Amino acid sequence: MSPLNIKKGSTSHSAYDLRDPNAEVIETHTLAVVVDNESGVLARVIGLFSGRGYNIESLTVAETDHAAHMSRITVVTTGTPQVIEQIKAQLARMVPVHEVHDLTVEGPSVQRELALFKVAGKGEARIEALRLAEIFRAHVVDSTLESFVFEMTGTPEKIDSFAELMRPLGLREIARTGVAALSRGA
Amino acid sequence: MTRQMTGARMVVQALKDQGVEVVFGYPGGAVLPIYDEIFQQNDIRHVLVRHEQGAIHMAEGYARSTGKVGVALVTSGPGATNAVTGLTDALLDSIPLVVLSGQVPTFMIGTDGFQEADTVGITRPCTKHNWLVKDTAKLSETIHQAFHVARSGRPGPVLIDIPKDVQFAQSIYTPMEKAKVSHYQPVVKGDIDQITRMVELMETAERPVFYTGGGVVNSGPAASQLLREFVEATGFPITSTLMGLGSYPASGKAWLGMLGMHGLYEANLAMHGCDLMINIGARFDDRITGRIKDFSPHSKKIHVDIDPSSINKVIRVDVPIVGDVGHVLEDALRLWKARGRKVNKAGLAKWWKQIEEWRAVKCLTYKNSDKVIKPQYALERLEALTKGMDRYITTEVGQHQMWAAQFLGFEAPNRWMTSGGLGTMGYGLPASIGVQIAHPESLVINVAGEASWLMNMQEMGTAMQFRAPVKQFILNNERLGMVRQWQELLHGERYSSSWSESLPDFVKLAEAFGCKGIQVSDPKDLDDAIMEMIRYDGPFIFDCRVEKHENCFPMIPSGKPHNEMLLGDADTQGVIGSKGAVLV
Repeated sequence: MSPLNIKKGSTSHSAYDLRDPNAEVIETHTLAVVVDNESGVLARVIGLFSGRGYNIESLTVAETDHAAHMSRITVVTTGTPQVIEQIKAQLARMVPVHEVHDLTVEGPSVQRELALFKVAGKGEARIEALRLAEIFRAHVVDSTLESFVFEMTGTPEKIDSFAELMRPLGLREIARTGVAALSRGA
Repeated sequence: MTRQMTGARMVVQALKDQGVEVVFGYPGGAVLPIYDEIFQQNDIRHVLVRHEQGAIHMAEGYARSTGKVGVALVTSGPGATNAVTGLTDALLDSIPLVVLSGQVPTFMIGTDGFQEADTVGITRPCTKHNWLVKDTAKLSETIHQAFHVARSGRPGPVLIDIPKDVQFAQSIYTPMEKAKVSHYQPVVKGDIDQITRMVELMETAERPVFYTGGGVVNSGPAASQLLREFVEATGFPITSTLMGLGSYPASGKAWLGMLGMHGLYEANLAMHGCDLMINIGARFDDRITGRIKDFSPHSKKIHVDIDPSSINKVIRVDVPIVGDVGHVLEDALRLWKARGRKVNKAGLAKWWKQIEEWRAVKCLTYKNSDKVIKPQYALERLEALTKGMDRYITTEVGQHQMWAAQFLGFEAPNRWMTSGGLGTMGYGLPASIGVQIAHPESLVINVAGEASWLMNMQEMGTAMQFRAPVKQFILNNERLGMVRQWQELLHGERYSSSWSESLPDFVKLAEAFGCKGIQVSDPKDLDDAIMEMIRYDGPFIFDCRVEKHENCFPMIPSGKPHNEMLLGDADTQGVIGSKGAVLV
């Protein structure tokens, strides 16, 4: 990752779309899909991905506008540029879909995920886990004499690296929410 | 004025408000309240089918031949699952349908009740959209919205699942004009900058070709009119997919015939050799493109489609235009005229000379016989004897379908109903009934193969009951002809399960249904028999015994490009590699 936190393959730092449409490069894109919060809408979106053989890396959904009955689905997907274009077009033509934003190409965005880690251990390992949690700004949300539950928000990469560090220190379970993302600026 | 009524009455009221004249359906426990309402009125006609698949195909035939939304009504559980094939067929061919299904009462949903199925779950991938209405207050608005979705943008089938308690409960009816405006409003006007690029390319192209599809038919008669005007004015050659036949007349000067796997030699070579491809409302289906890598390698491509997801899905294009075919053609034609009606005359003259050379190959030539009826000959005679009549054609799926597309000429849109995308055997007979219900005075012929026809032959009962004088023109080769052809070419002539054993006597079958049948096997008797069929006042089953082993040519083998098409039997030895074999 570059210091600007721009992901590989992203062209958000350029005024032009530099991607070669014919290149068979697999890219990762974060899409924000604004939908009517009606029954079955999530099944519809997931069904589109499974039915047409697209990938879902992570998916989050919740109602974001109660009065208007609107939900926001954030989906991280991978594919060739042509497949990513197809995914966006296929999503956009669904009846309950109001907006589709490709946060990866529409400019800089912030991406955050929340994760809970259960780490069990005693002695040195326990102290080391706590020390690392501090460095990563993870909070202790549950504690016994033999375990911690840490809560952390951050990019998926940060969560991955914390999980790697916890593994030898007694990592028992992880729960992750998947990515929520917004574009930067007004 | 607010009107309180039951959900069941709302259904009938909303259909009336939407201008529905006929509903194809089959009753059952979960739709009895709606059937009770249908019984108590005379504005909407109900056509009782014999199987729910038939209801959907009839609604498709009705919709395709009128440009209106087709409506079907089925019960819960098996009623809904039987509709699935028809819904998928309509989705792939972009046919506007509203299908109403009954459901177990809301409090029973999820309990595996009698005749319960997760209908919205099952039909989600095979409808454009669907709704489960759990509140009578929302029912009428949902029905109005459903009609809007079915006919807007790229048309398609929608389904409304209505639990029985919602049909019984009372609420206020929302009239059409009071219904909430849907946010679903697909763009119909094309981007004018892209249309300008389109016109610029058309002005200079040396070897242009119009490649048109079902989108022209779906856009309405005005789109076909504009297309004709554009083609005549530019002098560009035009070909069409199976779905688009009739939008440009087969008798037109610029007509190259259908393209694709069994398309005409001149059409496919024009696609391969063109320098400008103008795709109007077609979707680069795999039966059209052949091998993607070698598809029309030297052309700039313009693609006009109302569905943005059709663009760049399979073939990358240079000028994408999202919009309704009629609107885009109108803008493009106006712009082209305003810029001085320019075309590359010298280039075009050379291009037509080349096309005439391809035409001279006469790719539809077949070896006729005076002993046995060749299927191509049967269709040539059918064409000759019905030409100029007020005629509608439906088909089943297989060799006969391709021959019908090759040998029958269509002068107007909405006259040709065939299952293109899904390739549904059993489509043609019910579709022909749907067409006949919409056009009671017209000649409606279903060109069929005996195997396909048997798949929904129960609908002859519907034809009889509702006095739909549909003509079933069955090219009977006692084979699953297209399967047999592929087995011959691809599977070492091992004809695994591709013959029709134990066929019924079609003449007796016609008599059993109470209509008339005829069997013909001598070419000499063909004309008289066809005339008898046309003149007969009622449904008619024509058992036309044809050559059993005729293959359908021309043919682009799977996995091959357009310029490697086969013209006849001598061409077919070892042509399809193992890679092509997996492409079907």
